[in-house]
Parts: sequence; structure tokens; C-alpha cells
Amino acid sequence: MTSQMKQEPPVESKVIVITSGKGGVGKTTSAAAISAGLAQRGYRTVVIDFDVGLRNLDMIMGCERRVVFDFINVIQGDARLKQALIKDKRLENLSILPTSQTRDKDALTKEGVEKVLNELREDFDYIICDSPAGIERGAQLAMYFADEAVVVTNPEVSSVRDSDRVLGLLSSKTARAEKADAEPIKAQALLTRYDNQRITSGEMMTVEDVLEILAVPLLGVIPESSAILRASNTGTPVVLDEPSNASVAYEDAVSRLIGEQVEMRMESDRRPGLFQRLFGRTA
Amino acid sequence: MFGFSLRSRRKPAKQSAETARDRLQILLAHERSTGSGPDCLPELQRDILAAIKRHMKIDNDAVDIRMDRGDELSSLEINIEFPAAEPSR
Repeated sequence: MTSQMKQEPPVESKVIVITSGKGGVGKTTSAAAISAGLAQRGYRTVVIDFDVGLRNLDMIMGCERRVVFDFINVIQGDARLKQALIKDKRLENLSILPTSQTRDKDALTKEGVEKVLNELREDFDYIICDSPAGIERGAQLAMYFADEAVVVTNPEVSSVRDSDRVLGLLSSKTARAEKADAEPIKAQALLTRYDNQRITSGEMMTVEDVLEILAVPLLGVIPESSAILRASNTGTPVVLDEPSNASVAYEDAVSRLIGEQVEMRMESDRRPGLFQRLFGRTA
Repeated sequence: MFGFSLRSRRKPAKQSAETARDRLQILLAHERSTGSGPDCLPELQRDILAAIKRHMKIDNDAVDIRMDRGDELSSLEINIEFPAAEPSR
């Protein structure tokens, strides 16, 4: 099935927040794809849904029928962490910690989140925190204990502006920002819904435009792709679904996340080939 | 050739949309149904634990509950671990 190359584990476990400020830019899709990509490479990975009350990571990961206990149950002492973790059926070293569908963000406490993350650090190499949209309690707690951040951005004005705001919070309202001797959070931008055609025609900002504004390194560029919707329909992380430009782009992003040097490829899924231009575009 | 191209482009998309609809229908039916409030399962776990404890000595975290929701039936799997030999009281 999937390759389980044994990689050198990171010296210590890493907490990575997937955040954006703006909603609908692809945080959960990216959190699912990145965690599945890390697990595919042999890292013990857990992905946590911080969007209390609007649980969706379970659907994107395809384990929604198996949720018994959740993150909030663990924080409140109603269940043990091991009971709430759902083991992925495709990758044995991937686990999902779903959130509550019935509570609200106030059920999250800083102490509770810290305790759960510390317990997870003992068993996992990578802990991926899928942040809710916005910059309130849920989003703040998702980023608070992070070592690294992936800021998901669309090449569009409101998304870039919100990402800039989130970058400001990452460098001021987090544990690493508050500790004088700690390295700041390593933040990288992940550009999603990138449409080469619209960029060529001048409708959409380019990667360079966005990076110049945000002034952070680029983790990857994910093309707008029909593969994303198909993957979410079936509850499959994009990298575990049929190969597509989007899955390749996520795999490249995962390589960069673990420190490999990979050249940026910018390909749009929607660029029609000669055959499609002649016959296939009847939709 | 043309027909083949149409099929390979459209059919998987339709299938995955159907999958999406089915998954949502099952999930939402469960979420809307009464009796599965926020604390239903932790309470169930506490009750099971309390009932068993009246009869045998087990650890507080010896109960493990797993669920699998289906469209026709859902299963609740309850595993209770207890020591092989009854410890002396």
C-alpha cells in the first residue's frame, strides 16, 4: 500500500499549527493532507481539531462514524486521551483527535490544551493543530503552544490581510513569543487555490506578490484542483487519494516541512491539454 | 474516443458526490437524533464502570468504548479489562 520509509525521527516532537484567520481557505484540507503525508513518511503523527462546535476534521479524514470521545472530553477528564484518539485505518502511525460538536470554544482551557499536548508529545513525532477560522479563543489556543506554523493563504486580498494579522499574533500571543529565551515560532506560508490561468491573465496575485507582502518563507503552492473536492467527498486526505497536481504539491510541502530542499513547481490542474481543448471542455 | 473521455472525466466525480451525500445523511441522522447529547457516552462509561464495580474490582480506566456508526446499524463495542487473579482486599 503506502510506503513506510523509516525516517530519522525529529529530535523532539513538533507541534505545528495550521492557521489562516480567514475561513474557507483550506486549513482542514491542508491539516489532513500534511498529517497524512508525514505519517506516510513514517513519522508518528496526530492531527487535532481545535474548531470546537464545528467539528469537520473527522469528515475530511473519513473517520466521522468512529468518534466516541473527543478533545473536550479529555480536557474535562471524562475520557482518557487514548480513548479519544482515533487510529487511521489507512496509515497505522496516524491518529486523529476529534473535537466536540456540541460544546463551544469556552470548553478549551490553556492548561487543558497544554496537558493534552504534553501527553501527545510522548507518543508522537508531529502534532498538527487544525485551527478554527478567526482569531478568538479557539484559534489562539491552537497556536499558543506551537513550535511551527503553516499559514494557509489564498491569493486574494482578504485572505492575505488576515494571514498578516495571524502572523502578528504568532509573534506576540504565543508561548514562544512570551518566553524571552525561546526561538520564535517558525511560520511559513502555504498558498492554496492557486490558479495559473487566472494569474497569467493578471486576475490573481502571484506567489511573489503574496510573499512580498507577508514576508515569510513559502512552504508550498497548492493548485486549485478538482481532486480536493473529490477527496473531501470520500473522506480521504488528498495525498492518499489518486495522484493529482494537488497531491503532488502537498507531498512537496511535506518534504519542505521536514527540512528537505524541493524545487517549487507551479502547475495548475486546470490547464487543458490539446485533446481537452478540442473535445473535453463541454461543461 | 470522445465517449471514453467523457466517462473518465465525469463518472468518478458523480460517484464521489454520491459518497459525500451518503456520508452526510448517516452522520446528520445520528447528530440530530435525541439521546446522544454531549455527555451521553461519558455518562454511559461511568454507569458501566459503576455497575461492574459493584460486582468486581476493576481499575477506573479499565473500560474502553468504541463506536462504529452505520446506515443500517451502529455498533458499540465495550471492552472491560480486569486482572487475571482477584487481588486480595
